[in-house]
Amino acid sequence: MKEKLIEKGLLVVALSALGSLLLIALFIFIEGMPLIVKVGLKNFIASTHWEPTRGSFGILPMIAGSLTVTLLALVFGGGLGLAGTMFLAEFAPRWSVRILKPLIELLAGIPSVVYGFMGVVVLVPWIRQTFGGPGFSVLAAGIILGIMILPTVIAISLDALNAVPLSYKEGSLALGATRWQTLYRVQFRAARSGIIASLILAMGRAVGETMAVIMVAGNALLIPTSPLAPVRTLTSNIALEMGYAAGDHQRALFATGVVLFVIIALLNTIALLTMRERK
Amino acid sequence: MSEEIFRVIILLCSVLFLLPGCRSSSKKALVLAGSTSVQPFAELLAELYQQRHPGVEINVQGGGSTAGVRAVQDRICDIGMCSRHLNADESGLTAIPIAVDGIVLVVHPTNPVVSLTREQVRAIFSGAVRNWRELGGANLRITVITREEGSGTRTSFEEKVMAGDHFASDALVQDSNGAVREIVANDPGAIGYISFGLVDRRVKTLAIDGVQPTEETIRTHQYPLARDFLFIVAGDSNPLARSFIDFVLSPEGQAALAEEGLIRVR
Repeated sequence: MKEKLIEKGLLVVALSALGSLLLIALFIFIEGMPLIVKVGLKNFIASTHWEPTRGSFGILPMIAGSLTVTLLALVFGGGLGLAGTMFLAEFAPRWSVRILKPLIELLAGIPSVVYGFMGVVVLVPWIRQTFGGPGFSVLAAGIILGIMILPTVIAISLDALNAVPLSYKEGSLALGATRWQTLYRVQFRAARSGIIASLILAMGRAVGETMAVIMVAGNALLIPTSPLAPVRTLTSNIALEMGYAAGDHQRALFATGVVLFVIIALLNTIALLTMRERK
Repeated sequence: MSEEIFRVIILLCSVLFLLPGCRSSSKKALVLAGSTSVQPFAELLAELYQQRHPGVEINVQGGGSTAGVRAVQDRICDIGMCSRHLNADESGLTAIPIAVDGIVLVVHPTNPVVSLTREQVRAIFSGAVRNWRELGGANLRITVITREEGSGTRTSFEEKVMAGDHFASDALVQDSNGAVREIVANDPGAIGYISFGLVDRRVKTLAIDGVQPTEETIRTHQYPLARDFLFIVAGDSNPLARSFIDFVLSPEGQAALAEEGLIRVR
């Protein structure tokens, strides 16, 4: 009897998380959809002209911005993260892993505004002086986000790699493969779905990050044509303008949220499916 | 005996219920909301006012000029803060200028350009002119910095300078005066516009149409980009709001504003 009660209670708690997610989604869609319907979906996501106070609602530059920044972050963070994972899994001495892994996970605990601030003070002037342009750029945002997604990439892909049965490694080594060949051709292949999932979750984090990106990306309303061009992401667009938005402008920001919601839901679905494939 | 206990309980209950009630009724509250440009100054004035009237609580919120005006219309706040003119559709409200501010064009201190015409400024911000060389400066790309859509400072700047032109799409967008100043102070090619009260030594101000922004030229509106900071009240404003506004317009309130870099209206 008591057991049942606890079970029911936990079920309610678990469902409340689902419920709040549904409510949030419902609210965003109710607020945002009328505007999308009003200006037309094609106009909304395929027009480059964004001037909401004058009735132009085109978020293509922001979609392009979010995608380029996220992709660049994946190149930096993914590459660095996977290299770090290989090192931690195979080449680093045991004692150093015990220190390094928690330290990397600590990166996730640094508030994003701190990353942004360091970006503005250190990275942006460096880019401006080394490569030219205003410094506030796709590149700056990509590097900062790349560092921010490192803990996600490393923690999850390291777990996946460690979950590969030891016999795979032993078998490969016994057949005369080198350590590197074993790692790259056998262990990585076996852990592939987990590693892909780590990259997709990292991508979700990169798409959703706001504060640091606002600070270093420049927020120009432009489809970026070079890594040095300033760019605005979907999340920046909402955060920048929500303070002043009213009427259709506000609905347009909710509509931006709808697009963001769809993108992130897609990413998470892909992540879940690849994770399930592993089992 | 039981009656006495009953009476004690009643007494205790009433004390418990009335105490907080007394406090809230003796403490009067005033809510301000609106322009983030005006907000820091309003907060300062609110603090001074509360020191003199200990029973009053003044709550100052941001949200932007438009939100401030709307909040007064909807009677959500008592006084709206606004850093632009009221639009035609925002009728039935009273606008009280509390100080004058200048929107000042700032560049890096090493920039040799000292003065621009309004047409030149428009050309820069609309992206028609992209190099300082064309304006008598060094051969350096211009980094244009503007404010986000909806900002009162941006709206005033658009009204006074842009004449219907659009901002260049590659202009950087920052969401505060401080962020604009920070970029200009660090980028030799940058130009941005900020509130006169926030100019410091790290940036250089430009004369517009030959008029240098100074307290004198801004107060007299001789400087072309001068704008009023407004308190917005609905017709039936309460006595507390009126008392606070009187304080802001008093020599003491005005002196406090002047000390913070704004220009007095009285």
